[in-house]
Amino acid sequence: MERIEAANIWLLIQKEIRDTGRSRWFIIFSLAFIGLALALAWLGLAGIGSLGIGGFSRTAASMVNLVLLMVPLMGLVMGAMNLSSERERGYLLYLLSQPISMTEAILGKYAGLSLSMLATLLLGFGASGLVMVLIGGTAEINSYISLVLFAFLLAMISLSVGTLIAVLARGSSAAIGLALFIWLGFVFLADLGIMGTAIVLKMDIGTLLTSAIMNPLQVFKIASVLQLQGNLEVLGPAGIYAFRTYGNALLPLLTLLLILWILIPLLISIGVSNRRGGV
Amino acid sequence: MLQVRDLTKNYGKLTALDRVSFDIPAGQSVALWGPNGAGKTTVMRCMLGLLRFQGEIQLAGYNVTTEGKKARKHVGFVPQELSFQSEWTVLETVEFFSRLKKAGQVNFTSILQQAGLSDHRKANFGELSGGMKQRLALAIALLADPEILMLDEPTSNLDPQGREGFIQILNELLVQGKTILFSSHRYEEVAELANRTLVLRQGVLEADCTPDELHKHLGAATRLRIYVDVDQFAHAVEILRNAGLRADPNGKGVHVEVSPDKKGEPFNILSNAGIRIFNFDLEQEWKDNNGED
Repeated sequence: MERIEAANIWLLIQKEIRDTGRSRWFIIFSLAFIGLALALAWLGLAGIGSLGIGGFSRTAASMVNLVLLMVPLMGLVMGAMNLSSERERGYLLYLLSQPISMTEAILGKYAGLSLSMLATLLLGFGASGLVMVLIGGTAEINSYISLVLFAFLLAMISLSVGTLIAVLARGSSAAIGLALFIWLGFVFLADLGIMGTAIVLKMDIGTLLTSAIMNPLQVFKIASVLQLQGNLEVLGPAGIYAFRTYGNALLPLLTLLLILWILIPLLISIGVSNRRGGV
Repeated sequence: MLQVRDLTKNYGKLTALDRVSFDIPAGQSVALWGPNGAGKTTVMRCMLGLLRFQGEIQLAGYNVTTEGKKARKHVGFVPQELSFQSEWTVLETVEFFSRLKKAGQVNFTSILQQAGLSDHRKANFGELSGGMKQRLALAIALLADPEILMLDEPTSNLDPQGREGFIQILNELLVQGKTILFSSHRYEEVAELANRTLVLRQGVLEADCTPDELHKHLGAATRLRIYVDVDQFAHAVEILRNAGLRADPNGKGVHVEVSPDKKGEPFNILSNAGIRIFNFDLEQEWKDNNGED
């Protein structure tokens, strides 16, 4: 395997940031996210009489749901569309005819998209946080910052899975379709499936928890709630079981799971592309 | 400069290239010639390390499978279909690829001037004409001064005038010592630019010959559709047939098959017979060695 050159990756990161800044999809997604984040901040404060006490917690809890819905949609679609559309147009072929490797191309594009999504998250969380700081003070801001970090990990997971979809799918339409289906699966079908299976098979609580954390969105939710609340009572028996079983090791364990969800699809994408030849 | 040994490429059960071998010494201009689907583009993609294949390819002394990046540093590639980012300006595009190729200190003004794109440096790539895009692709291919140029059907999207200019530029590059490998199915292009022709058919290297020998090897024919006055239609067919040419009425024109280096012959014959020609179309035709299409 040829040596990976940081300069090539950095150049592609810059290219991706420039391209996503001009992408209509990305701009629409970002504006929607920022608008909804601001709306949640305003609603969170309105609900407590604008005193700010508990404003961050309340808004952060609402933001968890916004992130769960929007960030995977954005990441999966952007990840799937980026590589597949460039391959379809022949641009990827031209890029790879230059002194650059497939691994560098995937890593550079992935990192560029990740940083673009980080910018969107920072703008959304930042605007919403600023409103709360200006009106209500800075209580519980640490939990809010950790939520941004978990949201970024979720964005990176979505992009990683999206990249794998692009590598495996034949065309950009198929890639986008598959990305939307997987988003639907992560957001709705997985939960319903686990609930249904748990009832039919009378699953024990440990198996139920294991099944739930197979879904990266659930891992994000558990980690975020744990960080915001300090316990998992709000998640019911499975949450209490997880907290009692793993104790202080739970948060590092969940973070590790999120990181594995980033690395595994990305490494498979690189492996498959290199074996196949990329174009 | 380029060595290809037993190049074989399979797509499932389909064999796209079957044990293709050839060497190209430095400074030579070689045409890969063949009909659509012969495997010309696949050869180039394998040579650039863009596809996995069986066999061995060396570019400038580097194995493209194990040292692809090093090998590609010595190659400037012009693809058949250009697809740079359409929202990027000409200058942005050249700057990006110059950094990717690690071309060092580059005088972008001079490069764009040479490519005839000085006035379009701030134009988006998507706004350029076919000829301008092709010149830009060539300018980018020449960044970092590679020894080898690979061009996949480089003039397929150009008008006759643009084609002529492009071939002239390539001939100048050949004089400067570049090694050129290009794919084409235009006889004129091969005759004007190539020292040597590699003929591919259904993934097999069928001939390695000079451009002059090309039509003899394959029996390639050019088909002309000549338009004459309706009342002279039958007479024109008869005269051409009497001159030993294969001529048939076809719609509002007459189809005539001629050897690629004698395309003027039917015009002279008809003109001598006093038949006025008011238009014509040129179609390249392929035949098997037994003379059938």
